[in-house]
Amino acid sequence: MSHVNKVDQIKEISGVNPLKCMKCGKCSASCPSFNEMDIKPHQFVSYVQNGDVESLVKSKSLWKCLSCFACLERCPRDVKPAKLIDAARQIVVREKGATYLSPDEVPELLDEELPQQLLVSAFRRYRR
Amino acid sequence: MKYSYYPGCTLKNKAKDLDAYARASAKALGFELEEIEDWQCCGGVYPLGTDEIASKLSSVRTLNAAKEKGQDLVTLCSACHHVVKRVNDDMKNVEDIRTRANNYMQLEEPYAGETEVLHFLEVLRDRVGFDKLKEKVVNPLKGKKIGAYYGCLLLRPGKVLGFDNPENPTIIEDFIRAIGATPVVYPYRNECCGGYISLKEKEMAKNMCDKIIDSAEGFGAEMLITACPLCMYNLNKSTEGKIPVVYFTELLAEALGVKEEVEF
Repeated sequence: MSHVNKVDQIKEISGVNPLKCMKCGKCSASCPSFNEMDIKPHQFVSYVQNGDVESLVKSKSLWKCLSCFACLERCPRDVKPAKLIDAARQIVVREKGATYLSPDEVPELLDEELPQQLLVSAFRRYRR
Repeated sequence: MKYSYYPGCTLKNKAKDLDAYARASAKALGFELEEIEDWQCCGGVYPLGTDEIASKLSSVRTLNAAKEKGQDLVTLCSACHHVVKRVNDDMKNVEDIRTRANNYMQLEEPYAGETEVLHFLEVLRDRVGFDKLKEKVVNPLKGKKIGAYYGCLLLRPGKVLGFDNPENPTIIEDFIRAIGATPVVYPYRNECCGGYISLKEKEMAKNMCDKIIDSAEGFGAEMLITACPLCMYNLNKSTEGKIPVVYFTELLAEALGVKEEVEF
């Protein structure tokens, strides 16, 4: 799939218009995963603007976003960086075999207190 | 007063206490939670993609079941509340999702977001009233300094959840006052606990929860309360017993004098 197609795809899945971004950086300042991200939330927007979705889909950040919606809540331009990150994640997990969580990994991740909610949520975010 | 009730998967397993104390408290306060029949898991996280339809249908089924009974829908788990409330907003306001979801559902009358979704805390605030709750308290938790842990999912996005001011909420502090205890306001009460990251990145979640616990402890909290089983799990990994983390419904049942009769 060409770069152009993936840019359209990310815009379509996210429903976000990255051109609205005014680079205030509030999203990255709000992000509790900031230190763990190789591409920061405000940079995500720029990458889409510049058509570089390849870097995004390879980014570690896809698996560090917590869906806490702090960026989305605080964005003064309603750009919704969390939705862009999720769309990039979707581009990955919707491809056959591409996933961040395999059921085979699960048994050793479990402990006595682990709530069902955690497994369900992780499966939803990390694979199809 | 009868409400439709959506417990969700975790309240039938690891968080049975969250559910059982809520039901007993509701009874003591004069309302009933009628569990939706054949409900399905909400999926735990709201599907963010604008083209996601199938993953929203379990919420639509729940919402429609409440509609058919003519009841408001009550949720308890923060994650279920978040998902069901946001899907309801989609069904009400996003024509494309509404049309496509109804194509799957094949209902006699299409669902268009008619059901009102209330978190249990909203029932206490908006339907029972914290003043009335205070009157029903027989065992006020005097002298207890309690920190409210809101987390993310009840508050954000504020425009859709409409739960409280997402940056400076007061509902759980008001609840704490109503049951006779003293709320402790601390800066990290609406910061993320790490959520689902704790499955694979346990260290990352722990770092986040350490900050929350330090913040609460530093401001004098002796206990934290939450509505979310995943927040509780993540926070407990950090506290190591330093500050107990309990469900708000447990304290409610205790204050209402019904805790001892609850079985789970």
